[in-house]
Amino acid sequence: MYPRPFDYVRADSVEQALDLRSETGGRFIAGGHSLLPMMKIRMTAPNALVDIGRIDGLKGIAADNGGFTIGALTTHSMVAAEGAEGFPAALSEAASMIGDPLVRNRGTVGGNVAHADPASDLPTVFSALGATMTAASKGGATRDIGAPEFFTGLFESALNSDELLTTVKVDAERAGRASAYAKLFNPASRYAVVGACAVVEIGEDGSCAACTVAVGGLTPKATVLESVANALTGNPVTEDSAESAARESIDEVGDDIMGDVYAGVDYRRQMLPVFVARAINAAASRAG
Amino acid sequence: MSRYMGTAVKRVEDPRFLQGQGKYVANLSLPGMAYVAVKRSPLAHAKILGIDSSEAEALDGVIAVYTGQDLLDGGASFACGSLPCGFTPPDIVTPAHNPVAVDKVRHVGDAIAVVVAESSYIAEDALDLIDVDLDPLPVVVDARAALEDDAPLVHDDVGTNLSFHWPLGDEDAVNEALSDSDHVVELEFVNQRLIANAMEPRACAAEWDPSSESMTVWTTSQNPHTIRLLLGAFTLGIPEHKLRVISPDVGGGFGSKIFHYPEEVIVPWVARAIGRPAKWVASRTESYVTDAQGRDHITRAKIGVNDDGTITGLHVTTWANLGAYLSTFAPLIPTALYITLLSGVYKIPVIFGESYGAFTNTVPVDAYRGAGRPEASYLLETMVDLAARRLDMDPVELRRKNLIPSDEFPYQTPVALEYDSGNYQGLFDKIEELSEYQSLRQEQEKARAEGRLVGIGFSSCIEASGPAPSAVAVGLGAAIGLFESGSIRVHPTGKISVFTGSHSHGQGHETTFAQIVADELGVAMEDVEIVHGDTDRIPYGVGTYGSRSAAIGGSALVKSAEKIRDKLKKIAAHMLEASVEDMVYDQDEGTISVSGSPESAKTFAELAFAVTTADNLPEGMEPGLEETSFYDPANFTFPASAHTAMVEIDSKTGEVEVQSYAAVDDVGNVINPMIVEGQILGGIVQGVGQALWEHGIYGEDGQLLSGSMLSYAMPRADGFPSIAIDRIETPSPHNPLGVKGAGEMGTIAATATISSAVLDALAPLGVTHLNMPLTAEKIHNAIVAAGNGGGE
Repeated sequence: MYPRPFDYVRADSVEQALDLRSETGGRFIAGGHSLLPMMKIRMTAPNALVDIGRIDGLKGIAADNGGFTIGALTTHSMVAAEGAEGFPAALSEAASMIGDPLVRNRGTVGGNVAHADPASDLPTVFSALGATMTAASKGGATRDIGAPEFFTGLFESALNSDELLTTVKVDAERAGRASAYAKLFNPASRYAVVGACAVVEIGEDGSCAACTVAVGGLTPKATVLESVANALTGNPVTEDSAESAARESIDEVGDDIMGDVYAGVDYRRQMLPVFVARAINAAASRAG
Repeated sequence: MSRYMGTAVKRVEDPRFLQGQGKYVANLSLPGMAYVAVKRSPLAHAKILGIDSSEAEALDGVIAVYTGQDLLDGGASFACGSLPCGFTPPDIVTPAHNPVAVDKVRHVGDAIAVVVAESSYIAEDALDLIDVDLDPLPVVVDARAALEDDAPLVHDDVGTNLSFHWPLGDEDAVNEALSDSDHVVELEFVNQRLIANAMEPRACAAEWDPSSESMTVWTTSQNPHTIRLLLGAFTLGIPEHKLRVISPDVGGGFGSKIFHYPEEVIVPWVARAIGRPAKWVASRTESYVTDAQGRDHITRAKIGVNDDGTITGLHVTTWANLGAYLSTFAPLIPTALYITLLSGVYKIPVIFGESYGAFTNTVPVDAYRGAGRPEASYLLETMVDLAARRLDMDPVELRRKNLIPSDEFPYQTPVALEYDSGNYQGLFDKIEELSEYQSLRQEQEKARAEGRLVGIGFSSCIEASGPAPSAVAVGLGAAIGLFESGSIRVHPTGKISVFTGSHSHGQGHETTFAQIVADELGVAMEDVEIVHGDTDRIPYGVGTYGSRSAAIGGSALVKSAEKIRDKLKKIAAHMLEASVEDMVYDQDEGTISVSGSPESAKTFAELAFAVTTADNLPEGMEPGLEETSFYDPANFTFPASAHTAMVEIDSKTGEVEVQSYAAVDDVGNVINPMIVEGQILGGIVQGVGQALWEHGIYGEDGQLLSGSMLSYAMPRADGFPSIAIDRIETPSPHNPLGVKGAGEMGTIAATATISSAVLDALAPLGVTHLNMPLTAEKIHNAIVAAGNGGGE
């Protein structure tokens, strides 16, 4: 378990990190919980690591303008423990389900999102929440990329190689609108076999005024399911209506399902609506 | 009368482990040390057409690259021999096992070449530069398939994949009993492959001293003397008196560190070849494909039962997967530690069992916590549950009907073993009380009425622990006797060093053995140090496995303490001018006095010093106070257990939640209840791991598909409720401590208990059996197949 040789440099600012990255052609490292294991089994061998872990100002969660800005270096533990009014429940819930306490104490939101692991939890939640990722590039330029567009494929994101993800912004929850995340764990890796996130807004008449549902774990990237939202919107949210809307997910995801030795494609397909319905019910009950 | 025995003394070894001060092989650093890495086969079965190591050798910092042929030839080092098998029943086929493959590789992870370098990093880089030309051969991974006529041969030279066929019992009598039975229940099932995953990966270091032509080997072994014997007599041919094997702190073994491994040959070979100390430390990835694995049986079983619930007979045929090579004790596990356990806690008039041991293109299989006995218990308890279901009888009631009565011990089973003692009715009474069995059943009835899948599992298991009387072991095919040694050295100031052949790698011997000796001699525990794991310091010993340390290693210490006490009594009698018969050894106080006159008492320290001044000893007595004993047990000990669990299955996903778990174990007398409870708890968790999660999955091509922590699911704390543990104590009548094995019982019972609970939960759907691990997908599919539509 020894990586190939690599250089190590540490950046003190975003600007310096971007410079070092272009000088070395290496990769950014924050918590290292995805990158280092891959390097140790020699699946990947960057020639240099640019350590962004100690850059000031990229760690922490700030409330502003009806939303929250999450610094890229914020750990999963911090997200799981965030208790501010209106902080999306699904996000804390998902963060608390990542790995184990050791992983959550080191792993970062930015690293997780940039890695774009299809079995990861946060991409699903950010996609459902319609989060905005901000990427910095040299010269102080920044670019906003919305989720789910940020997640472009298996371990692929919309980030360019000369960009550094600095923050993720999400809207605050408000009365009548809430989120939830439901997950079937792989008992070995703790990654999602199926992960579903629902954001549900309940109107004054008690029916679903708006809804977004995203799934991950079984698909190559976090996927927003329009058909489920359409089926639910305008209807009262009950166990039956949630289940019926959730069933739409099977057709929408179609053949885009990955299996493994723990859970095959057919099983995951059957679990998809189960967890979508669970997420919808939990979100609706929080919103209602 | 005893001050330490039976009390929950805190583990004296824990402060150093908790503070990161343990000394493991991987921590060892010797001047001039070189680092060894092993090039391993990516294929399960292939001819080695060529190995080009020129690029690797040219890499800066690489000292040498060796092939299997280099090791056989010897060169500047030893000519290596084949890794031997330590248990060879009659007619066994034992193909060669070269430490590094020569003509072909036989499993993924088989060693192909050895790199020696100035650092582990360079060694790893060099591995990537070795070009191996492999010609793939057909692969067989399944034990039964390996015995078919057209199966690829794992060892061409022996002409068969069958290593042994081991039958025991009267097959005709069993067939007759079954045909006379009211019912015969038959089942074919798999006991899946497991991977031990000790917390510390294996490691080995070695240093050759040319001036004395002696070798020191540090290795992560449960039994350093066994490794020394095999290195000396078979693999390296170093004279035993020139060979020192040290197993320092070892981070768990679960059986996987009993065996003599190729790296224990490679590293000392390298140390002599290059004239420098050398070290190898396994990565977790290597552990997955080189540590001996566990279980992997295919079994067909038939049990006969009459309408009243009486078991009439049992017929068992098992195909045991041995992997690609015979690991050190591999043939012992599916034979003498398995078939002989098939009577369990029950009176079964006739039993026949047979095992076929087969070579396959998989990692070798050997002892893993429980080793044969969990396989036997799972089999028997599964069959008993099925019989109860056939008769529509409560499974506990059926078990109770067939228990061996407490007044029938020693009890001779039809499968060779004679149980020493037991109180199975007492176990059942206690577990029904502890688990509140009757109210669990009522709860279950209510839950079922609501359509919930709730199951209650029960198992009652036996273990033959503490192997073994040497005559029995060698009679069955063991290469060595299975006694144990124990030395007590009393220093002039009365402080004590204890040297035991047992090895502690998590068991807590530094605490429990000190408790034993302190009580036997009436001294403070703090004055007793336990030394183990170094063949130059301890007398020849056998080591730790099969839950043998307390019963055999502990008993050897009791015998040595007796000798010490006898000698001190003679000295005290001489000093006090009284007769030895009148001397009283007060084990509470550590004093010896003349009977009736306590004021005459001499303290242990006074007497120890008198032995050292040696100016006033009884006529003919030698100075010094050091005694050694070798204890050969009269029999195995037979701990027993009864466990229950309640599980609920999520009918939509198939996920299992263990809601409650209760265990009553009888491990005889208890030295340290906290340590015993820890052993039972850890064992239960490991046993549940097999039932629900763990599975070494091989693809048809022989690739290990669950070869990392990402895909091989180990148990986690959050998968468990609080576990209720209690015990009864039926002392073993044949060892001086009255103890029985405690290290494996939990594992043996838990697997069967959880499987029983899950199958009970699914029983209303008509599901009769599912193979382990009972994963969510497997259960979900069974629910769907049963037509109950839980999965949308």
